[in-house]
Amino acid sequence: MRQPVILVLAIKSLRNRKFTAALTVLSIALAVVLLLGVERIRHESRESFSATISGTDLVVGARSSPVHLLLAAVFHIGNATNNLRWDSYRAIATRPGVAWTIPLSLGDSHRGYRVLGTTPDYFEHYRFARERRLVLAQGRTFEDEHDTVLGADVARALKYKPGDSIVIAHGAGDVSFSLHEQHPFTVAGILARTGTPVDRTVHVSLEGLDAVHEDAGDGQAADPLAAIIGGDRGAAANKPSTPRAITAFLVGLNSRPAALSMQRAVSEYAGEPLTAVLPGLALQELWEITGAVEKTLFAVSALVVVVGLAGMLVALLTGLSERRREMAVLRSVGARPAHVFALILGEAAFLTALGVVLGVSALYVGLLAGQPWLESRLGLFIAVSWPSAYELGLILLVGLAGVLIGLIPAHRCYRYSLADGMTIRI
Amino acid sequence: MSTLQSSRTPSLAKGEETLEPVVELSNVRFSWAAASPVVVDIESLRIANAERIFLRGPSGSGKTTLLSLLAGVVAPREGTVRVLGQDLGKLGSAARDRFRADHIGFIFQMFNLIPYLSVVENVCLACGFSERRRLRATRAGASVETEAVRLLGHLDMADAAVLRRPVTNLSVGQQQRVAAARALIGAPELVIADEPTSSLDADLRSAFLDLLFRECAQERTTLIFVSHDASLAPRFDREIAFSAINRALPRPATANAP
Repeated sequence: MRQPVILVLAIKSLRNRKFTAALTVLSIALAVVLLLGVERIRHESRESFSATISGTDLVVGARSSPVHLLLAAVFHIGNATNNLRWDSYRAIATRPGVAWTIPLSLGDSHRGYRVLGTTPDYFEHYRFARERRLVLAQGRTFEDEHDTVLGADVARALKYKPGDSIVIAHGAGDVSFSLHEQHPFTVAGILARTGTPVDRTVHVSLEGLDAVHEDAGDGQAADPLAAIIGGDRGAAANKPSTPRAITAFLVGLNSRPAALSMQRAVSEYAGEPLTAVLPGLALQELWEITGAVEKTLFAVSALVVVVGLAGMLVALLTGLSERRREMAVLRSVGARPAHVFALILGEAAFLTALGVVLGVSALYVGLLAGQPWLESRLGLFIAVSWPSAYELGLILLVGLAGVLIGLIPAHRCYRYSLADGMTIRI
Repeated sequence: MSTLQSSRTPSLAKGEETLEPVVELSNVRFSWAAASPVVVDIESLRIANAERIFLRGPSGSGKTTLLSLLAGVVAPREGTVRVLGQDLGKLGSAARDRFRADHIGFIFQMFNLIPYLSVVENVCLACGFSERRRLRATRAGASVETEAVRLLGHLDMADAAVLRRPVTNLSVGQQQRVAAARALIGAPELVIADEPTSSLDADLRSAFLDLLFRECAQERTTLIFVSHDASLAPRFDREIAFSAINRALPRPATANAP
């Protein structure tokens, strides 16, 4: 029926110091947001990267670093250093053991979205997440060189529907000055959302891409090097039936263990220097590179938590000298030093708990609100899910640290109240 | 726990007319640390039930230490301190705290009130730490809050506007009356007032004493009133000069003491 007197005192005392208490809670909450946010983004970006490519055994491109090639070809981050010749692609694609290949040609854009030249095999064999295949939300895949298939984000952001006409531009910039206006494309289909870079890609056929550059002339070929490589051939033939060069291609093998020997075979290919990448291994390499940054970020956010808790410690200790009087009065009415200890420790625990709860709530609100932005701007799909065991561990750790820090003023106050007894120090 | 405690101590009703003194000190010596000088050294001190004692002494004479001994905040290094027949030295510190909560009301010179509690909450605070006093306060069937308001009324603090005011906005005289109500609620056997009137002017001082005496008389409460203001002494049953009983103080030249 009656609430414990210490609890009532703690609540009323805190209410009396609303402002300081609110600031303390806020700083802890922000620290928690940062700590969990960094962890969440680290985890989700890895998940999102890993989910982008699935079922592909090798990514092959011109000789370059594996990470660079993977990022350029699959994630559309950065540009491939070089293209590879069509005949090299055909030579490898026809080797025994190769189940399927998907040629990829990058270099153009449409209003900031990458244009990918590929073949219908892309829609057949490309897999993401856990072996999920691409699904059309509207329309069909491309059937001729004037068709284009849009990723979900492209269609949504630019409000395209099947039948619309679009023009692609040279280069990958947001604003491009050389539009390929001579060769417009018609939206044939729109893909269902995947949560991968596919959503932000404009897909056209290799023939279509080639036709664009044919119409524009050699000077505006997708890549200066490609132009040099394919230059003589392009000039000789009026309308080549095969593309001159591609950026990279994905390879699916009949048996996965053959990937290593195939990788060796590709790197020993005599026609031109090539690199074959095992996506999983390249991602591992990428994590090693980003790992140092992630550790730094984690350390910084952990420090922010320490600062937040230190702020609470300062607030509690500062309040203590003026609360010594209060403690003497409490002692006079029969409070034990243990009561005084519990009062201060309870306050620290309460403030920390409130800060953590507020921080976690703010993080989720932020994630829900920021999800579309992160996805459209950074291509990062952050799933809003329950905290993982690791995150729960972090939360618990912050709570524990708050209680431990509360022991300092609590113990101090306990010693004061033992020493002061009922003497009122002014 | 506090009910268990109260059953061990003699009840006022049975013990009030016996020779059992409310306070009995014998050969009490106290120093803050084993090596530090003795600040309280009292051969004998007896205070009978319902007595109104005026304890006089200059500040720094160890009065406050004596009050801490009586309240059980500290335990004597030598000798025995008995309050209501209970040897406080035989109790652990937690039990002494409980004993204080149950049987002793305190009024300080100033800063008596918890600033974030209301007037009534401040008065009820004493019952929050003592089940015994809560039960005694609610004997009449009313709630602790009603009893607090009743006591405040007896102390001329019944005005609803005053009760609602934050305690920090009360005048010193009003604050001291709230403190007195807190010391008296639940009828503790012993009320100790440590210079409660020294921040009041003469008129208020007299009025405060009237109120305090009236309430103490009603419950036959023993009152130990500490002050250096000798002019108040005649109103009490008995005056004890602290410098006379505390052998730890330098003996000579007491006449010249400030």
